[in-house]
Amino acid sequence: MQLTGTEFTKAAAAAGNDISTFPDFPAEIRAPAGSLAGVSGFQLHFASSDIYTPGDAPDVLVAMNPAALRANLADLIENGILIVNTGTFTPPNLKKAGYDSDPLAEESLRQKYRVHGIDISKLTNGSLDGTDLTTKEKARCKNFFALGLMFWAYSRDPETEISQIKGKFGKNDRLADANVRAFKAGYHYGETAEMFQDVYRVEKAVFQPGVYRNITGNEAIALGLVAGANLAGKPLFYSGYPITPASSLLHYLSHYKNHGVTTFQAEDEIAGVGAAIGAAYGGALAVTASSGPGISLKAEGMALAVMTELPLVVVSVQRGGPSTGLPTKTEQSDLLQAMYGRNGECPVPIIAANSPADAFDCAILAVRLAIRYCTPVVLLSDGFLANGSEPWRLPDVDAMEPIPVTHRTDPAGYQVYARNQETLAREWVVPGTPGLEHRIGGLEKDFLTGAVSYDPINHEKMVHIRAAKVDGMVQDCGPLDLHGEDEGDVLVIGWGGTYGALRQAVIRLREQGKKVSHAQLRWLHPLHPDVKGLLPRFRRVLVPELNMGQLSMMLRARYLVDAVGLNKVQGQPFKVAEVMKAVEDLLVDDRPTSIDVARRAAR
Amino acid sequence: MTPPIKLSKKDFATDQDVRWCPGCGDYAILAAVQKTLADLGVKREETVFVSGIGCSSRFPYYMNTYGFHSIHGRAPAIATGLKVSRPDLSVWVITGDGDGLSIGGNHLLHALRRNVNLNIILFNNQIYGLTKGQYSPTSAVGTKAPSTPLGSVDYPVQPLQVALGAGATFVARCVDVEAAHLGEILTRAQAHQGASFIEVLQNCPVFNEGVWDAVTDKSTADARQLRLKHGQPLLFEGGKRGIRVRNDLVPEAVEVGDGPGQVPLGQIMIHDERAAPAFAFLLTQLTYPEMPIPLGILRAVEKTPYDQLVHEQITAAVSARGKGDLKKLLHSGMTWTVE
Repeated sequence: MQLTGTEFTKAAAAAGNDISTFPDFPAEIRAPAGSLAGVSGFQLHFASSDIYTPGDAPDVLVAMNPAALRANLADLIENGILIVNTGTFTPPNLKKAGYDSDPLAEESLRQKYRVHGIDISKLTNGSLDGTDLTTKEKARCKNFFALGLMFWAYSRDPETEISQIKGKFGKNDRLADANVRAFKAGYHYGETAEMFQDVYRVEKAVFQPGVYRNITGNEAIALGLVAGANLAGKPLFYSGYPITPASSLLHYLSHYKNHGVTTFQAEDEIAGVGAAIGAAYGGALAVTASSGPGISLKAEGMALAVMTELPLVVVSVQRGGPSTGLPTKTEQSDLLQAMYGRNGECPVPIIAANSPADAFDCAILAVRLAIRYCTPVVLLSDGFLANGSEPWRLPDVDAMEPIPVTHRTDPAGYQVYARNQETLAREWVVPGTPGLEHRIGGLEKDFLTGAVSYDPINHEKMVHIRAAKVDGMVQDCGPLDLHGEDEGDVLVIGWGGTYGALRQAVIRLREQGKKVSHAQLRWLHPLHPDVKGLLPRFRRVLVPELNMGQLSMMLRARYLVDAVGLNKVQGQPFKVAEVMKAVEDLLVDDRPTSIDVARRAAR
Repeated sequence: MTPPIKLSKKDFATDQDVRWCPGCGDYAILAAVQKTLADLGVKREETVFVSGIGCSSRFPYYMNTYGFHSIHGRAPAIATGLKVSRPDLSVWVITGDGDGLSIGGNHLLHALRRNVNLNIILFNNQIYGLTKGQYSPTSAVGTKAPSTPLGSVDYPVQPLQVALGAGATFVARCVDVEAAHLGEILTRAQAHQGASFIEVLQNCPVFNEGVWDAVTDKSTADARQLRLKHGQPLLFEGGKRGIRVRNDLVPEAVEVGDGPGQVPLGQIMIHDERAAPAFAFLLTQLTYPEMPIPLGILRAVEKTPYDQLVHEQITAAVSARGKGDLKKLLHSGMTWTVE
């Protein structure tokens, strides 16, 4: 299902539509087929206009079995098109999905949706008559039948897909031919059965001129890291340990060896950060990445990088927690982990990507900050951004600002912890430099010489300097991403992957004449300096987050603002309607201090 | 160009006061390392000492080279990252029995099995010193310590067996106070391409005084130590006794000679550093008091180091696909143009 979803996305991109995708799949590789837990979905939103999210409620739902229907029917828009593979609606499958009777037989279903029951299984089998495929192999082709059907419904060019399939299955002609046959059969079925009253044509969206490609968040981070290393003229050393949803960073980067990229699959998360610290000490651009449980394990290493003041990028691709939690589902619940999840007063700068394409810029920014301030930097992403995709206008490589790097070579007057007055960074001196031999480590060091120091005043001074270094990065913040006026009734302030839903909601509310603005924070630590002045200029402040209120807590603590949280922890992104509803409520009701999406749904 | 100035042992010492307890075995090891590096003529700036946490891990502060005193158990991981990114450097790891075999056991295992070109010295004093004397993973059963007032009941691990089990390509053992022998081993380790593992039997005069005395005391050393020499028979007690292996692969100590009850020299095992791992493993089973303990190099075999293989792959990728072009990379895959 993920493959067919990706293929349909490519076709929409090729047709010049704006797109946004939301793959939603279980943690198990081969979850029991037909069970609710095993439902693998792929939501695609494409349009001829600007879009920000994968959409709240799809117009078309293709349910390949009863479990898929049960898991997703509630999302389908009223009067939407429901395509069902009736061939799978057998008593055992119905039972597995928890249906007592066949939902397709119910009149209410047909009243609410435009239902098209098609025995896709049988038709796919029929299209493969005369091939030497096993029953199992034939069954696997049915997703391509469904894809063919959708190609016809949305007037996509089937020839492009046929060559894509051939490329995808490469040398395996048997499977390539089979999937092409199934795909064509689906396409022709749509044509001959005249099953839809309308065939849709989604025109090109209006994009800024340029060259585009479709990109997921993890691909964007991988490319951004390569670009950042390139701009710094440094070899990239990436070390990580397999963990969902961060693993694909390691996969992507391992293909870029000819770009001077070294990838190291470490023995564990701790070695992942450890090896990166070693590489940073040696003068490489060092990066490690993980997700919540792995970031927990890296905490001690990150603190060592804070203490030794070495450049290091730590990417945290958040997922549902705590513990193993929901590995394949999205959440924003590791902001405070990044802020405070280490021993001692241990500040690290934190930035967050707000869309798959934005992740590219954020990765470069993370590299720039790590090197300029000689510090570990946390880049937050999440499962939604990691796997979701959108069109990305390729940047002009020649116009990118280089990242200057200096390694001191002059031994005269060298002090290990002497600092640059503008950035408070210490010097990045690498082994191999004659006359600058020195020792660093996790013990507190003298503020100048770097010798081990247990002096009380020195320690306090160092704690303050480490904090001041991070706070001083506000000079690099750039303009705040504010949509709307800088005053009004409600300020919606969020961070990270909720950007699309929040921005879309605020655009719609503003179209209705509401005095609502939206700020999405890229900088979480330090917070953007404009936030302080902005907050009091709105009657209410709404902080939507996919957690229990982490940014909200930071804003309340720091600015004494009576911010209202809109909190959702279902492993799913916000729907635009949820955000709109919360703002609308706040416009008429001053009382709530937090809004819980689930509890409200239950009411 | 002026010829490089010959450095002395003193040139490898820092201005920091050495803070180990008086009588600590670490002093002797530090002196031996400083002297060996000076003798070898290595460049200070190209030498890095990485350590974890514990008494032994303070070592880098006393070496006038580059140094990194890191966090508990993680030195092999940090050193791996450093060596892989900077193969030009000579990277040493200093660890202890707690740091290397308890909290950092996993990293040690993987640094050895990857055969990263590191020199790893494990100071084994069978105790946690810095945290005030708890028993360690190498402590003998029955060790009474603050955390085991009735004596420890867990079975110890043998560092050499861990190293061999991990596939280490260079495995050796020596004694802290034997400067000359330590120097020889360090020299061999430095020359070895790949991970070198050296266990140093080290005395902790405060928390585990004399724990190695039975095997290191000079007056009895002859009978209790087996000096390994490549190509030479495994003899001890001035050649009067030797080691042979029974058919069931159990080593036994025998009288060597042609007389009654004696075993001819021809039946005594010949030491071979390059033999199958089973041979070196068999040597690790020689433990006091039943047997003399082996000292020297148990195993030294050639195998391409990890860091070298990593760079070979990168070089091959560059020659196969050309040096990476960022613009091309960003434009790869399916792209479309909007006018």
